[in-house]
Amino acid sequence: MRKREKTLSSAYSNTGMAYLFLAPFLILFFLFTLIPVVVGIFLSFTDYNMLELPKWLGITNYKMLILDDKEFLIALKNTFLFAFISGPISLLMSFVLAWEINRLRKTRQFFALAIYAPSIVSGTAISAVWLYFFSGDAYGLFNHFLMKIGLINKPIQWITDPKYILGVVIFISVWMGMGTGFLTFLAAFRNMSEDQHEAAMIDGIRTSSQELFYIILPQMKPQLLFAAINSTTAAFGVFDIAVAVAGFPSPNYAAHTIVAHLYDFAFIRFEMGYASSVAVILFLITYLVGKFLRRALADK
Amino acid sequence: MAEVNGKTVRVFGKKLFTFSASNTLRMVFMLLIAGFMIMPLIYVVSTSLKPLDELFLFPPRFFTRRPRLSNFSDLFNALDSATVPFTRYIFNSLFTAVCTVIGTVIVCCMGAYGLVKLRPKGGGALFALILAALMFSGQVTTIPSYLVIKSLGLLDTHLALIIPKLAVAFNFFLVKQFLEQMPETYLEAARLDGANEWQIFWRIVMPHIKSAIATLVVFSFTSAWNDYLGPVIYLTNDALKTLPLAVQTISGGAGAASLSTAGAMAAATFVTILPTIVVYTAMQGRVMNTMAHSGIKE
Repeated sequence: MRKREKTLSSAYSNTGMAYLFLAPFLILFFLFTLIPVVVGIFLSFTDYNMLELPKWLGITNYKMLILDDKEFLIALKNTFLFAFISGPISLLMSFVLAWEINRLRKTRQFFALAIYAPSIVSGTAISAVWLYFFSGDAYGLFNHFLMKIGLINKPIQWITDPKYILGVVIFISVWMGMGTGFLTFLAAFRNMSEDQHEAAMIDGIRTSSQELFYIILPQMKPQLLFAAINSTTAAFGVFDIAVAVAGFPSPNYAAHTIVAHLYDFAFIRFEMGYASSVAVILFLITYLVGKFLRRALADK
Repeated sequence: MAEVNGKTVRVFGKKLFTFSASNTLRMVFMLLIAGFMIMPLIYVVSTSLKPLDELFLFPPRFFTRRPRLSNFSDLFNALDSATVPFTRYIFNSLFTAVCTVIGTVIVCCMGAYGLVKLRPKGGGALFALILAALMFSGQVTTIPSYLVIKSLGLLDTHLALIIPKLAVAFNFFLVKQFLEQMPETYLEAARLDGANEWQIFWRIVMPHIKSAIATLVVFSFTSAWNDYLGPVIYLTNDALKTLPLAVQTISGGAGAASLSTAGAMAAATFVTILPTIVVYTAMQGRVMNTMAHSGIKE
């Protein structure tokens, strides 16, 4: 009787069986996530061209990156600029739009699809359309429109003038960037019960901004954290849109990003050690930003 | 069909919208945003249907006046005489995406079941590790992953695009969150009936977490279908390449749309962006169900 009670208790545990079920995931997770992080950190201290064994260099790669590599500093600046603009804008927009859509009834599905669809289309493919919109001659849709309403009198070189390139990349990324955060917010709003809304009214909440700050935001912290982490890791990994819009390398390195720099050294010059130090810096940045977000949005 | 009755707009007898100052303002705002969001997508559809002379009109025209399917026949026939037919790229994309989806669903659901419902010793530490992996972008591990793929002899194979995308922390996390909501009683009943864990997993757990599976289908299909860095790094054989690279090749790199390929390019773009939207639309309801549990609790 006692034994039976034990198996029935809610804390059923079977470690051996659990690891059998976990095995496929864990093997692949170690092979393609954990070991690569460790190996990457090791390689970042070496000179490695894939033909000879890695040669230990100490912190030489990092010194060169920070002191001598002008393109890396440009990439760093561009990526930060990109992440600090597009990350928060995407997050804010996805929150506001999810909130607005949640008030709708019959048209909810349509608006949700319209706003989320850009997040799931191929960045490489849709860039072709944006390139046409931003095309530097008078054929470009935006130039044509701006000239027609008289805002400018000669075409702007959106995608070849270094002044505008990063702005265009940010613009397209925000358009594509509602992403999973938007879905998370939409689902969270949907799950907030009518009762809570009514209870808030009884507690003296009157305006919707009061409801937002005292009821919704505190309750949505877990979703906010998930969405914020998603949008920052995506923002710091920016690569394919930048390449598709500005080419590789971009004019005057105006759309050069950390991942573009990594790609350049790893797969064009095959300097894997040096490229690994770029990857480690990217890792540190996203990890620290993630940690900051977790602290800022922690539950208490 | 549509009628305005007092202050209420009805379409097919369903109440769609009630007039008031703030409602109207909201609706206008939402329509503007939605219009802006889908403008490029509508443009893709419209352009892919344009006959050649309309593609190069000045001033440029957004919508086509005389829709034709000739761009699609150009894409599939004319480019078929090229070394790699376009249909081959479609097959490559579909094959790798479908394998990735099936693989990641099985691997992540099995793992999450093991962690959540079989409660192994050390499970907490393991989950902390997986959660940490959520915090950095996958590009960080590009180089060592390349070395792993190379040493497994998988360079220039489709497996190189599939295997690294199976054990994804993000996917594992979603299933785990969803599975935590599943009542223990179903599993207990099955165990008392003498079912083994393997049977329980396939017959009880998998049907129960359909919503989470549908969500994984959408996310992993999207990420595999749109993957750009993977094929660029792992594949050199043109016959193995996927749609994003094919589109880039047809367009002739950044910005250059030439007279001979503009039509085929528009059709290729359409073929490349459509499937992810279709998959998402089919699963929309279930995705909402899953995302309700996606918050990270500290």
